[in-house]
Amino acid sequence: MSNIKIVDAPEGLEGSGFFATSLDKAIGLARSYSLWPLPFATSCCGIEFMATMGSNYDISRFGAERPSFSPRQADLLMVMGTIAKKMGPVLKQVYLQMAEPRWVIAVGACASSGGVFDSYSVLQGIDRVIPVDVYVPGCPPRPEQIIDGLMQVQHLAQNESLRRRNTEEYKALLESYKVL
Amino acid sequence: MINNESIVEEVVGQFGQKVFGFEEPFGLLTFTTNASDLIEVVGFLKNHPQFKFGFLTDLAGIHFPDNTGGELCSVCMLHSWENNIRVRIKVFVPISDPKVPTLTTLFAAANWQERETFDFYGIEYIGHPNLKRILNMEDMDYFPMRKEYPLEDATREDKIDALFGR
Amino acid sequence: MEDNIPMAENTLILPKDSNDALALNVPMVEDKQYSTLNLGPVHPATHGIFQNILTMDGEKIVDSEQTVGYIHRAFEKIAERRPFYQITTLTDRLNYCSSPINNFGWHMTVEKLLGVKVPKRAEYIRVIMMELARISDHLICNSILGVDTGAYSGFLYVMQEREKIYEIYEEVCGARLTTNMGRIGGMERDLSPTAIAKIRDLVFNSFPKVWAEFETLFNRNKIFRDRIQNVGAISSARAMEYGFTGPNLRATGVDYDVRVIEPYSSYEDFDFEIPIGHKGDTFDRFMVRNGEVWESLKIIQQAIENLPEGPYYADEDHYYLPPKKEVYSSMEALIYHFKIVMGEIDAPVGEVYHAVEGGNGELGFYLISDGGRTPFRLHFRRPSFIYYQAYPEMCKGLTISDAVVIMSSLNVIAGELDA
Repeated sequence: MSNIKIVDAPEGLEGSGFFATSLDKAIGLARSYSLWPLPFATSCCGIEFMATMGSNYDISRFGAERPSFSPRQADLLMVMGTIAKKMGPVLKQVYLQMAEPRWVIAVGACASSGGVFDSYSVLQGIDRVIPVDVYVPGCPPRPEQIIDGLMQVQHLAQNESLRRRNTEEYKALLESYKVL
Repeated sequence: MINNESIVEEVVGQFGQKVFGFEEPFGLLTFTTNASDLIEVVGFLKNHPQFKFGFLTDLAGIHFPDNTGGELCSVCMLHSWENNIRVRIKVFVPISDPKVPTLTTLFAAANWQERETFDFYGIEYIGHPNLKRILNMEDMDYFPMRKEYPLEDATREDKIDALFGR
Repeated sequence: MEDNIPMAENTLILPKDSNDALALNVPMVEDKQYSTLNLGPVHPATHGIFQNILTMDGEKIVDSEQTVGYIHRAFEKIAERRPFYQITTLTDRLNYCSSPINNFGWHMTVEKLLGVKVPKRAEYIRVIMMELARISDHLICNSILGVDTGAYSGFLYVMQEREKIYEIYEEVCGARLTTNMGRIGGMERDLSPTAIAKIRDLVFNSFPKVWAEFETLFNRNKIFRDRIQNVGAISSARAMEYGFTGPNLRATGVDYDVRVIEPYSSYEDFDFEIPIGHKGDTFDRFMVRNGEVWESLKIIQQAIENLPEGPYYADEDHYYLPPKKEVYSSMEALIYHFKIVMGEIDAPVGEVYHAVEGGNGELGFYLISDGGRTPFRLHFRRPSFIYYQAYPEMCKGLTISDAVVIMSSLNVIAGELDA
């Protein structure tokens, strides 16, 4: 007896031999369970990500089986750890190299706001250089919190319009970060 | 038996007036020398047949804003593993002309530590093979660890609070 | 324990001739075409953020230049603005794989300055925690070395044990990774019966089995040994020049260990050996760390068996935080708590250096106090920062895959490197 659970089908019309739903929902479902994260681990939170990846917490259960170290093949940028001002341009370049659809999680206090390091050399939150979808608080967050952040992104992926990059708001957002 | 007294005796006997300010805070022999004599003193301790201070433990800068004429201090700490004894040597230089000879000729480990001190305090190590900023960005135009510069990120506005913020 | 690691006597073994530097230099030839390869700052094999600009001749590394500072957080500047108590949180984030060592190292530095004598029980608890931290540090380094050579299963296997160590941390101080453990003057609370049971279970039952199995997976594995033996060797004389300390130095054959040469926190009470290597290559570093894990286990076993009774903190009202229960119920305790946390205690004027054996080597705290509420100057002697300088020399003449395993075996921790 297998205890593997299969996700429920999205809302739709079902009859014998056919199932009709909106493309947004079907693709959103597929995307949300096959997010390929790019672990951009700089410091302490990266070690907690290691625990999240490890056997006890096992982020693979959420479809993030393959950490992609190439930005070109990643859907989800997980920024974990302090980003210094020296690192800011590198981070932005990594973000630019990612293809749409792309989501960003700021894991930990440093990535979200600079954390305890209110100093001349630390970027006070990565949202100063790239747009962020989900913030995970904690210094460092527990693995459960990181997984919760991932689930929030899954939720976003399921409920966003298929081509969010075409929406006016998204364009305006990217414009404000001088991306495009 | 090698102890702090015998080192003081030997060093003073060799260098006389060039070494001064002997102290022993928490048992660690500390003294001061002039920038021009630093290499000679450290080299003497390193190559001394009994002392064998063959290991550079630490190298750091300090800024004393009130010490006119010697605002910046470059301090290095040597360790003799055979005798298990440490010694700390300080050099004071004026902030207008902070020049200290490099220790990279004696210890390879001094390389990055001197670069770090240069990065933080602007102490110029004469003869250093690659003296440029190491931790901060190269286009930084001040030396952040000097006491007059603020710690905080100047671009941040959300932390201004009369009681708990800045 | 593997047979080919000789155990050292209690004396220091030092290189006889300090001029026998490695002759691995590959000369640069004028009219030859070299290619430049950027390893990092974002590269899966760099576990952290450093950049290496490699000059390559085909697949051979001719030269390399490092750029560091990508997570420079200005610890030393922040430390000048924080009271002594609040600096503990900074030390957590130095070498975040073994935070308790950093915490206690800092506490011991301040205790040295204040002249506080810590009771034996607190020292033993500290030793237990520090050795657990050393185990988790070496465990990450060695299992990640496995990942870098293509053996993922060892990592997944030992990570379960690291979770157990983190559970013990949680039981003792409430946090997993950035522990902020202990107080100036002792521990914040005694070891609970649950914590003692968990430590006992770990060091007597589960961990030795797992680590023995990890060793059988790797130590005599032909593929693994072919990848790491004779790679990135450094002579002991050269290592001393470069300021190596810790397992990386001991792999070259010098048995310098701060725990032995300048015992702190009752380390002199325990019976343990210092594993050393002889060639200083990646395999020796791996084996030295493996051996140290066994020695750490031995220390914890002795400490938990002989845990002395008595108070777990020094009776120093001016420096040791009052118990939380009293802070909430009595006015005096509240005032003391506030004064101590806000740094309104009278610290003596002084200059103190204290070193502990961190996960990567001699972790030193050089503190200058001018009697104010914050340190006048606090300098961290960060072992990773000092020995990482030797990296170009170590990977000269080798290939990129060798450079990756050398970096991984050096265990350069970005937080400690950049401070």
